Amino acid sequence: MTTLTTRSLRVGRMSWQIRLRSVTVALTGLVLLALLMVLSMRIGDIDMSLAEVVAGTFDVNSPAHFVIMELRLPRALTGALVGAALALSGAIIQSIARNPLASPEILGVTTGASVAVVAGVVASGSVNSGVSGLLATLGIPALALLGGLLGAAVVYGLAWRRGLDGYRLVLVGIGVAAVFTNVKFWLLTIGDVNDTGRAMVWISGSLNGRGWEHVTPTALALAVLVPVTLLGTRSLDALRFGDDTVTALGVRMNLARALMILAAVLLAAVATASAGPIAFVALAAPQIALRLARSGQPPLLCSAVIGAVLTTGADLIARTAFSPIELPVGIVTAVLGAPYLIHLIWRSRK
Amino acid sequence: MSATAVAPRLHGIRHRRLTVLVVLLGALAVTVVLSITIGSKSVPVSDAWHALTAPTGTENDLVIRSLRVPRTVLGVLAGLALGVSGALMQGHTRNPLADPGLLGVTQGAAFAMVASIILLGVDSLLVYIWFGLAGALVASVAVFALGMVGGRGGPTPVTLALAGTAVSAFLAALTSAVVLLDEQAMDVFRFWQAGSISARGADVVWQVLPFILAGLVLAMINAPGLNALSLGEDVARSLGQNIALTRTIGVAAVTLLSGAAVAACGSLAFVGLIVPHLARPLSGTDHRWLLPYSGLIGAALLLFADVIGRVVAPPGELEVGVVLALIGAPFFVFLVRRRKPVRL
Repeated sequence: MTTLTTRSLRVGRMSWQIRLRSVTVALTGLVLLALLMVLSMRIGDIDMSLAEVVAGTFDVNSPAHFVIMELRLPRALTGALVGAALALSGAIIQSIARNPLASPEILGVTTGASVAVVAGVVASGSVNSGVSGLLATLGIPALALLGGLLGAAVVYGLAWRRGLDGYRLVLVGIGVAAVFTNVKFWLLTIGDVNDTGRAMVWISGSLNGRGWEHVTPTALALAVLVPVTLLGTRSLDALRFGDDTVTALGVRMNLARALMILAAVLLAAVATASAGPIAFVALAAPQIALRLARSGQPPLLCSAVIGAVLTTGADLIARTAFSPIELPVGIVTAVLGAPYLIHLIWRSRK
Repeated sequence: MSATAVAPRLHGIRHRRLTVLVVLLGALAVTVVLSITIGSKSVPVSDAWHALTAPTGTENDLVIRSLRVPRTVLGVLAGLALGVSGALMQGHTRNPLADPGLLGVTQGAAFAMVASIILLGVDSLLVYIWFGLAGALVASVAVFALGMVGGRGGPTPVTLALAGTAVSAFLAALTSAVVLLDEQAMDVFRFWQAGSISARGADVVWQVLPFILAGLVLAMINAPGLNALSLGEDVARSLGQNIALTRTIGVAAVTLLSGAAVAACGSLAFVGLIVPHLARPLSGTDHRWLLPYSGLIGAALLLFADVIGRVVAPPGELEVGVVLALIGAPFFVFLVRRRKPVRL
């Protein structure tokens, strides 16, 4: 049946297999994403009609201009981009580790970022009464990026031993993640309870107050890394067969794998720096995509689109459901994503 | 190979396995002695013996009998429970990333505890623990039921693992939402989350003892069946295994063991995650040996980490969960790097 449902795309010497079902899923996801974005523009403290949203977007003199262009649009875009980046990162890691439970946490990115940020918040909180303006706008993303990249470097460095073994990478990743997670727990116990609360909001993943300064870096990272990962799809597909087969197939395994891991790390680190370690997107979106597209491995683009839909939808709920109290988006992604994933597991077993 | 050549080799293997078992028991005994004598107030071994055999109400007797002994017993029980349940969990899911928390027990316990704090105003440790235990059991049954729906002959490893992760993430999100809205719940939660066996008392030991004993018995009953299952479900079925029954017993054992340990001591599921990887090079893949080795290593590791936590940051103490991660995890990484991992 595969001959009926796949087409090949050829550009020069490169060729890709395009699975029609994956394309359908991705397109449906994009339509859904567009609808959610429009809804995100309309709903909030002040509800707006579609006409007001359009006016606010294009007319600088419109009263809605500030709300749309400075508050709602950058926030929604951050959510979509961060969700896509996390999901893509998760899809790559799950393919390389050949394990549906793997996520950027295994590479030390999100946990490293969390430790760095909690340490920063607890330390600054004990010195002066609150997080200073600089730490809040520039300090936290910078700390998170640094912590995430350092965490990944530690995991990769420890797992490398005359080559990289997917299984060893996973085991080392568990160990390092455990250190980071427990250091984070410990830091949470020594801090003042108010600082702890602030740190908890960040480590749950939040899009509150995200502006264009968060959109740009994430968009740039995706613009560079999505093509790179798509070029690597073929070697990723081959990696599934095991190291020996891959070598026999002529894929330069360590190089291909190192590049894909680097891409996954950068995607997760940039996303985490912008919005905190939003839970579950990186794990669930690839698994949801895999089941919707009925493919053997997490399809990369579908995963990214589903990650974006999940995060955007979750943030819409997070900021409106209990208004005026706003929940961190990471809480809602799990509350939305988990039952849906369970539903898909249940359906696919029938 | 002829039968006469095989027999001495089998004999040698059994001999080696018994030796390892004795060594592990010895290591546990040493950590028990350390745990009873070392602390913010160190007690000589002779005084400790005096306190255990013929107490006369001296200060040392009180410290030993009311603080150190319950703490040590709880550490041994929790370590055994987490080690054994971790090995069971990894065996049943055939996933090296599986920890006992995968069935949702950690997050189930956490959610039930914080919910009891804000909804019912519970404020005593013993009552939290009952709620934690109940939450762990309910979450685990839910995960098992979800993993099983539609499956032939019980849940498959992948669906079980994914269902567990999904339910855990769901409950963790609810817990985060609750503690973000309620400062008192946050305060209890953050200390429970760090994982500790201190200040629990004998009541807590009696509270979790029956669950852990029952779990250990079920685990050992499960071992031969799990060996057959690890050859693949089809082979196991052709060997006459009742797959659904084997899985159910295994999950029941994991639930009882890890549920009780986590409810009493907080999130220490990490013990269950790394210990089987430490035990597997010693035992091979035979679960009849892997389970006891894992239990003993878990207990010794937990107690040892607890002793370190008592002396490392005077006058305070470091929670055992934190010490475990800081000592156990690097050790684990070292082992993983040094030798080729024994795959599941």
